[in-house]
Amino acid sequence: MSDSFVLPEGLPKPVADDLDGPYWEAARRGELVAQRCTACRGWQWTAEYLCHRCHAFDLAFEPVPGEAKIFSWQRPHHPVHPVLASACPYVVVLVEFPEADGIRMVGNLVDPPEGEIPIGATVEPAYEHHEAEPEYTLVQWRLA
Amino acid sequence: MSTKRTMRGQVAIAGIGETTYYKHGQSPDAQFKLTLKAILAAAEDAGIDPREIDGIASYADDKNPPDRIAAALGMKRLRFSNMVWGGGGGGGSGAIGNAAMAIHAGVADCVVVFRGLAQGQSARFGSGAHYPRAIAGSYATTIPYGVMSPAQMFAMRTTRLMHDHGISRSTLRAVSMASYHHAQNNPRAVMHGRPLDEEGYDNARWITEPFRLFDCCLENDGAAALILVPAERAKDLRQKPVYVLGAAQGAEYRSGAGGHNNPDYATSSFKTVAPDLFAMAEVGPGDIDVVQSYENFTGGVVMSLIEHGFCTYESANEVIAFDNLVAPTGKLPLNTSGGNLAECYMHGLELNIEAVRQIRGTSPNPVPNAELAFVNSGPMVTPATNAIVGSEATL
Repeated sequence: MSDSFVLPEGLPKPVADDLDGPYWEAARRGELVAQRCTACRGWQWTAEYLCHRCHAFDLAFEPVPGEAKIFSWQRPHHPVHPVLASACPYVVVLVEFPEADGIRMVGNLVDPPEGEIPIGATVEPAYEHHEAEPEYTLVQWRLA
Repeated sequence: MSTKRTMRGQVAIAGIGETTYYKHGQSPDAQFKLTLKAILAAAEDAGIDPREIDGIASYADDKNPPDRIAAALGMKRLRFSNMVWGGGGGGGSGAIGNAAMAIHAGVADCVVVFRGLAQGQSARFGSGAHYPRAIAGSYATTIPYGVMSPAQMFAMRTTRLMHDHGISRSTLRAVSMASYHHAQNNPRAVMHGRPLDEEGYDNARWITEPFRLFDCCLENDGAAALILVPAERAKDLRQKPVYVLGAAQGAEYRSGAGGHNNPDYATSSFKTVAPDLFAMAEVGPGDIDVVQSYENFTGGVVMSLIEHGFCTYESANEVIAFDNLVAPTGKLPLNTSGGNLAECYMHGLELNIEAVRQIRGTSPNPVPNAELAFVNSGPMVTPATNAIVGSEATL
């Protein structure tokens, strides 16, 4: 399975904390959610205890609506971790959700084109399921 | 009745000290020994008995604690100890600002600001190998995707800067070449004797696009220190006083939002901090004689220069050009000791020391008649900090 991963096994794994558990659980199911305030209905990411707009503590997780667009990108060539030595270069994208108050998420671009990565292009999530205990899922991105 | 709240001109930098600067991992001394050497050198420079130091300020999660320093130096008493939050180099000018605030407020009389590190002992910034096997919180949304080093944390801001404002690669290159040019006149510089030309910059390997090797700071071992005292006391000491005219720190709205969610993305974090600095110093960017702008990465320097008003987004490609950036002839002399790129990555404190040298007239690349020197510490971090220092004529 690991041949289909953008980056090899052995990097630090994400683990849920008391704030963002629903995000990682949804990713396991192949769904993308983010924090949304039940009071003012504003979107917020990354997760926080408090809504930065209305100061309500009642934040829920809801499916992120609308298209995802590439906001910025980089292509690391220098392996900063020993397991990346065989994986460079790879492409990191910063993805923005215009219909969810412009929240952004970081991920890797699956099957990236050569050269410049198109800022503004629409991308779709590609769920990368890591089954070794403790299992987790990374949310990667693919050009639509 | 209103009283203007300012510390402009109330505190002076009286002494500066540095160890030899080493390539990373090559210091023969432990980092605490380096730190003590730099502090003793600063005290000697000032003509102050180091036992008279009564305050200690640092930043960047420095690992040399004030209790041990105070005990090792035999300080008669410790009255102030302080650290700027933030693990990167954003806090150097802020530590000077905090030291000046303590003196101005009357809680200490002689404060040392320092940074000391030997990377055999402390983890390198540019390696992700020290991260734990499992990671939680907002970093769980970046590190597992191979966004681990500072270059990777800040590259996408630079991509976006270039995309939004047409900042060219030659502008980034000019920043790098200015530092390397100045280092060639500075025997203390790690890159002394290692000049960089356009071809060398252009052909260097990628670290992470858009950064090539020479867009990125060094990693070094060493220590640096400055000693601050009340302005009136500085007049009686060994060196020409260099006055703290202003210091500011902070960042914009939600600058620290996790996972690259700061709303204004392609910023050095100085948009709200720069006006505070110039207001306290009662000068504008056009009055500054020499600029020391922290190069973690060249893109951050471009953002810093724009956000402090040394140029605009529209004029950046024209103003940030090699001929403009080099002393003594350039209009905007930049990083005149070689800075983080070519003198030493002492997390920017070497830039604050170079600003003092420029006002004293002892820089390896002196700017003629420099009276006002500007420093900004680590751009793109939160909090980011800055300072303006000047000669007696600027009071």
